[in-house]
Amino acid sequence: MIELHDLTKRYGDKLAVDGLTFQVPRGVVTGFLGPNGAGKSTTMRLILDLDRPTGGRVTIDGKGYGHLNEPLKYIGALLEATAVHPGRTAHNHLLWLAQSNRIPVGRVDEVLALVGLTEVAHKRARGFSLGMRQRLGIASALLGDPEILMFDEPVNGLDPEGILWIRNLMKRLATEGRTVFVSSHLMSEMALTAEHLVVIGKGRLLADLPMAEFIERNSRSVVRLRTPHPEQLLDALTRQSITAVPGPDGSFEVSGGDPAQLGDLAAAHGVTLHELSLQRASLEEAFMQMTADAVEYHAGPAARPGIDAAGATGTWGEQWQPAGGRGSEKKQQKGAN
Amino acid sequence: MGSFPAILRSEWTKIRTVRSTVWTLVLVFLVTAALGALLSLLTKNNFADFRKNATTPFDATATSLSGIALGEIAMIVFGVLAIGNEYSSGMIRVSLAAVPQRGTLLTGKALVIGVLALLVSLLTAFVTFFLGQALLGDHRTTLGSPHVLRAVFGAAIFLTMLCLFSAGVTAMLHNQTLALGILVPFFFLLSPILSAVPKVKNVAHYFPDYAGRQMLTVFPEANTPYGWVGGFLVCGAWTLAALLGGAAVLKGRDA
Repeated sequence: MIELHDLTKRYGDKLAVDGLTFQVPRGVVTGFLGPNGAGKSTTMRLILDLDRPTGGRVTIDGKGYGHLNEPLKYIGALLEATAVHPGRTAHNHLLWLAQSNRIPVGRVDEVLALVGLTEVAHKRARGFSLGMRQRLGIASALLGDPEILMFDEPVNGLDPEGILWIRNLMKRLATEGRTVFVSSHLMSEMALTAEHLVVIGKGRLLADLPMAEFIERNSRSVVRLRTPHPEQLLDALTRQSITAVPGPDGSFEVSGGDPAQLGDLAAAHGVTLHELSLQRASLEEAFMQMTADAVEYHAGPAARPGIDAAGATGTWGEQWQPAGGRGSEKKQQKGAN
Repeated sequence: MGSFPAILRSEWTKIRTVRSTVWTLVLVFLVTAALGALLSLLTKNNFADFRKNATTPFDATATSLSGIALGEIAMIVFGVLAIGNEYSSGMIRVSLAAVPQRGTLLTGKALVIGVLALLVSLLTAFVTFFLGQALLGDHRTTLGSPHVLRAVFGAAIFLTMLCLFSAGVTAMLHNQTLALGILVPFFFLLSPILSAVPKVKNVAHYFPDYAGRQMLTVFPEANTPYGWVGGFLVCGAWTLAALLGGAAVLKGRDA
């Protein structure tokens, strides 16, 4: 089990991780969410003792990472897919890793088969696509057959087939009883795979709860009605003490309503309906509201996500502009060395 | 703690599975031997010309080993690449996640790099020596002559130390391009030029390459403040300092 106690990391005058305390529960997939620049990658580097914390501590099964004997057998991590020497073959990359932790060499071919890289095992990593590098990174995480797996944005840059593959892999790893800790900035992705949820923003903990609870709390639904005879409809609704609020384009919305019941009601009063639809608020939207104060890059006012539940599909990457100054690009800057 | 032999095996795999590191070592051998042979041949054919104003005895050993002036550059590049390619590819984070004991990791790395460099340097020094002597004809010397065996070993030690010095500097700079950009011009241009400038050369005589080169001379140059033992110690101190500096930076720094 990974435990963080008041973990803090400061780069210059910027707090990247600010007093994080949480535990990653055993045997399930835990989604680690936050907007870009929230400190997810930094937290993961702190867990692996790659970056040294300014304050607080991280333990893995009660020990600091540096005190693990042959750590790849406890925890396997995919941090960045590019961390392979371009001139070395996939097989040799895994070979030196295996040797460093006294993992049987036969395991190299096993994990290569597991991630589907057997055919290119003896090709140099230089020619690998991002998806192949991602798979190689996952192979290196699985190499020591560890109890805990940690993936930083594993679906980034993958095609739909690759995304599906990662999703299934994470679920399978959890059913094998392993602990999977996976970061993402996409709520919709996590809703499909994670059982537990940890949300951070600007380095601070915003939520730490089971996914089911998060969904229940945030999945309010709305029934949208559209009619050429609004007075008659509102009249009928009011008689049943149902509150309707005006929606977009002259429609009306009933919060938490049942489409069948509302349809029957309209029919009973002879009201023509041009639309009767169930609108679900997306989890993405709930996530955005939660982290609204914590995003590093704010959109211009026009692009701010609206209340229209049907519209929000999680495409909030466009037209974002820097607002918080430098610092959030830390990861990229560091990676450029 | 991870097992040290396992770290050595892993580091050896890292070095032998990348072409650039292997090729720089091949280059060390080829450049040193070829240039040494060429200069030995030139010396033999123009012996009277070359020795017209000579005040010191003819150093057949140093003549045959003079290709080291260029071979050392390849060795420096090897030392930089062996450490630096981990930083340029971001692989250093994978390495440190596998072996979080940073001091142990760097020690293992330095040991593997050092032993490999020593073996290649020994092969280079002896082959170059015999090749050069064969081409020097009547002016040749033998391993049995005073100081000659020490000078040939000295050449190998000199190359090995330069390699480890470069490796240490690269670990300190944690940047391959920067390390190459500083070390190659320094050893190829700056140090030879400074060691010829009056006054400045008193300082330049304590640079690692000038000091190390004293190990491979049979007849010491005039005005050198120390002999081959002094050269060994000065060059060794630089090497040790660079490695310790590299370890300190690696240990203290966020990867």
